Amino acid sequence: MPQFTVGEKVRVLSQWPPSPPIHCRTPYYIRGCPGVIERYCGDFANPEELAFGRVDPINLSLYRVRFKQLDLWKSYQGGISDMIDIEIYENWLEKI
Amino acid sequence: MERDFTARGNHDMGGLTAGEINKKEHDYALWEKRVDAIMVLLTNDLKIMTVDQLRKGIEALPPDAYDKMTYYERWISSITNGLVEAGVISPEELRSRMSKMSSEYIQEEES
Repeated sequence: MPQFTVGEKVRVLSQWPPSPPIHCRTPYYIRGCPGVIERYCGDFANPEELAFGRVDPINLSLYRVRFKQLDLWKSYQGGISDMIDIEIYENWLEKI
Repeated sequence: MERDFTARGNHDMGGLTAGEINKKEHDYALWEKRVDAIMVLLTNDLKIMTVDQLRKGIEALPPDAYDKMTYYERWISSITNGLVEAGVISPEELRSRMSKMSSEYIQEEES
C-alpha cells in the first residue's frame, strides 16, 4: 500500500545507501530536493535489488513526483512555474 | 541545502554541461545487433540476467572506459562481467575464446 498521497509534500533522500556494492536509480540532481506527489504509479519490484539478481525482491510503491525547476537548479533562468516530473520509489522519499 | 558531491556516478549526468550531440541517423553494425540479441535471450528466454543488472554493470565501468565506449560496447562489457559473476562462463573460458577469435580475425584480415 502506498505511504504517500497525491499532493503530499516530500523530500528526496540525499543519503548514499550505506553498504557497497550498491546500485542507485535516483538521479543525483534531485537528491535532497523537495517535491510534491503527482501520482501513485503502482507497486513494482525494486530495481536496486533486481540489479543484484535477487530472486525475491520486495515490491515498492512508485510515485511520479513533481519538482519546481527553481528548486533543482540554483541558477535557473526559466519561469517560476516550470516543473519536471520524475518517477521515484518510496524508499527514496520522506514526508516534509 | 547540503548535498553530497561525492555520490554522483560518472554516468549520472543530468544537469552537467555536455559536448555537442551527434544527431545523425546511423545503421547498426552486425555485432551490435548480436549484442542486443544476446541480451534478449539472457533476459526474456533464459532469465539469467535482468536489465537492471545490465545497468548496474554499465554504471560500474571505470569513468574513463564509460566515456570512451560506444553504446553497445558498454552493453557487451556489462553482459560479459555479469555472466562471469553469475558463473555462467569462467574467466578461463572467456580468455581462451577471445584469444581464439582474435587469432581467427587476424588470419581473416591477412588472407
